[in-house]
Amino acid sequence: MRKCELRELGRIEYGEAFDLQRRLVAERQQGRIPDQLLIVEHPPTITLGRNGRIAHLLASPDELRRAGIAFYHTDRGGDITYHGPGQVVGYPILDLREWKRDVVAYVRALEEVILGALGEFGISAERVAGCTGVWVEGRKIAAIGVHISRWVTSHGFALNVTTDLSHFRYIVPCGLSAPVTSMADLGCPADHGEVVEALARHFGRVFDCEMIPAMRELESVS
Amino acid sequence: MTDVVMPQMGESIVEGTVTRWLKKKGDRVERDEPLFEISTDKVDTEIPSPAAGVLVEILVQEGETVPINTVVARIEESGDGRVAVEEAPVETPPKAEAPQPLAAASPAPTVAPPPPPAEAAPEAEIPGPISPLVRRMAREHGIDLRQVKGTGAGGRITKQDVEAYLAARAAQAAPPARPEAAPAPPPVMPPPPAVEVPPPPRAERPKARVEPMSIMRQKIAEHMVLSKRTSPHVTTVHKVDMTRVAKMRERYKAEVQARYGYSLTYLPFITRAAAEALRAFPIVNASVEGNNIIYHNEINIGIAVALDNGLIVPVIRNADEMNVLGLQRAIVDLATRARSRQLKPDEVHGGTFSITNFGSFGSLFGTPIINQPQVAILGVGAVEKTPVVVEDDAIAIRYISLMGLTFDHRLIDGAVADQFMQKVKSILENWSEQVL
Repeated sequence: MRKCELRELGRIEYGEAFDLQRRLVAERQQGRIPDQLLIVEHPPTITLGRNGRIAHLLASPDELRRAGIAFYHTDRGGDITYHGPGQVVGYPILDLREWKRDVVAYVRALEEVILGALGEFGISAERVAGCTGVWVEGRKIAAIGVHISRWVTSHGFALNVTTDLSHFRYIVPCGLSAPVTSMADLGCPADHGEVVEALARHFGRVFDCEMIPAMRELESVS
Repeated sequence: MTDVVMPQMGESIVEGTVTRWLKKKGDRVERDEPLFEISTDKVDTEIPSPAAGVLVEILVQEGETVPINTVVARIEESGDGRVAVEEAPVETPPKAEAPQPLAAASPAPTVAPPPPPAEAAPEAEIPGPISPLVRRMAREHGIDLRQVKGTGAGGRITKQDVEAYLAARAAQAAPPARPEAAPAPPPVMPPPPAVEVPPPPRAERPKARVEPMSIMRQKIAEHMVLSKRTSPHVTTVHKVDMTRVAKMRERYKAEVQARYGYSLTYLPFITRAAAEALRAFPIVNASVEGNNIIYHNEINIGIAVALDNGLIVPVIRNADEMNVLGLQRAIVDLATRARSRQLKPDEVHGGTFSITNFGSFGSLFGTPIINQPQVAILGVGAVEKTPVVVEDDAIAIRYISLMGLTFDHRLIDGAVADQFMQKVKSILENWSEQVL
């Protein structure tokens, strides 16, 4: 069975996570490391995808600065999105050639992972045709945006657990004027660690791989 | 000319949008270098170039959406021979390349045909079409392609196959190259010693036995004397608490063994710490040349390996760019090949610092000799459980190792040597991602 290393990195800056992904993608492309699932949390950050429209950012740079929100242009698919405390962000670094050479199937599979995990907490979420992501009663609970280079994935998904939803007022999430929600908002008192465990479990199931702990202390190179 | 097409990034995908060209018309592009980006659904994908050459035409502009397999650009390949033509099947019309009548298939000729020249070898027995590049290489080198084993799709002969064939042919023709230049070549019987051994005049048991030194032993002897004559050696010893590393090693040992097939030792941790400290103290990663100090930009760490009858110091190049797992792999690989005498000459040269782990033989600390032209060597003593006084005057059992830095006092002052060792110690005692 293929192995996927689970790395929980805690709260890190978006830029730092971006650089780490870059490095891991290169190592994965060279076959030097197995598949990876990075789990992080970001400080308040707004990111705009390559094909996103800056018009979907509703705040001026000044307003963002005052609100303590970082802003990044980034190279994933999708439009604009918000990251912040209380959100579980997952960045899988997978070589799709070892799974399925199919980027759409990959995005559907990420949705499946989140649907499965939410199911464990009694939340019945769903897909909405034409609107990638995971939804609960017309409100978006998880966003997805992916980049692929030589079949190796980066970026991924962001699931709102206890996210401060008011921060979404600065953007038109994913360019869609639909409301957002979180697990807490739905009345589910989920613990961050339990959510990560559920996500990892379903990730292993959907991608048919064994989740193993990463040996970070052995792997760091400054 | 190679056509670049809109790739199919999944079964259900019928079209894609070009979001960005990473090269301009007229730019040179290498094979597999990212050429453009496409977008489907919420996925951005970088598409590598299928060939090396010049991007001569862009047919689909940024923002345009086209069905899969639409030609989006053209690449004119350069004729420098580096182009991997054989891997672009579009390029090779399968049949038209064999105009010569095939000996077996041709209708019975009235006169016997002249024996075909080497380059017109019948290709009926060669699996798959032959690419122009392979054909040209065969012609230039006078190769009968039937002798070449094809490893490409369907047994096709690739450029690499031809190169491998040429290499094998050259190896057979030329006398085997002597693995010379290594400071410690395999011990070949040296010419008989100049000393004349007198025949035993008496029947008594001789008081000693005379045996010529192996070449390796002669080199080692020369090197040791040279080093002692060159550098004033000074050694400073520091006590390092390896408890944290020991615990980590315990925690990951089984997984590393299962995953990579080698055991996890202390040495890669120590090498990692030394590489960090060398970065912080470049004078320890230096050499002396006349009145100049040569600061090496690369950190290449030699690891002393004991052989049955000697010693060799293979080098881990750019050790500071490797993590513990990479270092462990390199150490295992170099040590194994050192013992089976398979090191290449350049693997024992170019070191800028050395580590010797006599602790693995039970030594507590030692004063090793510097490996010239380096200026320092780290000697690692055995890691042993030891009672030590910790905070609040309590006594605790810790994994302790005595580590000594032997340094060239021409270049390195005692204070710097001790700062270097404190850095090594601090990294090993507080090991975490943050420290590194």
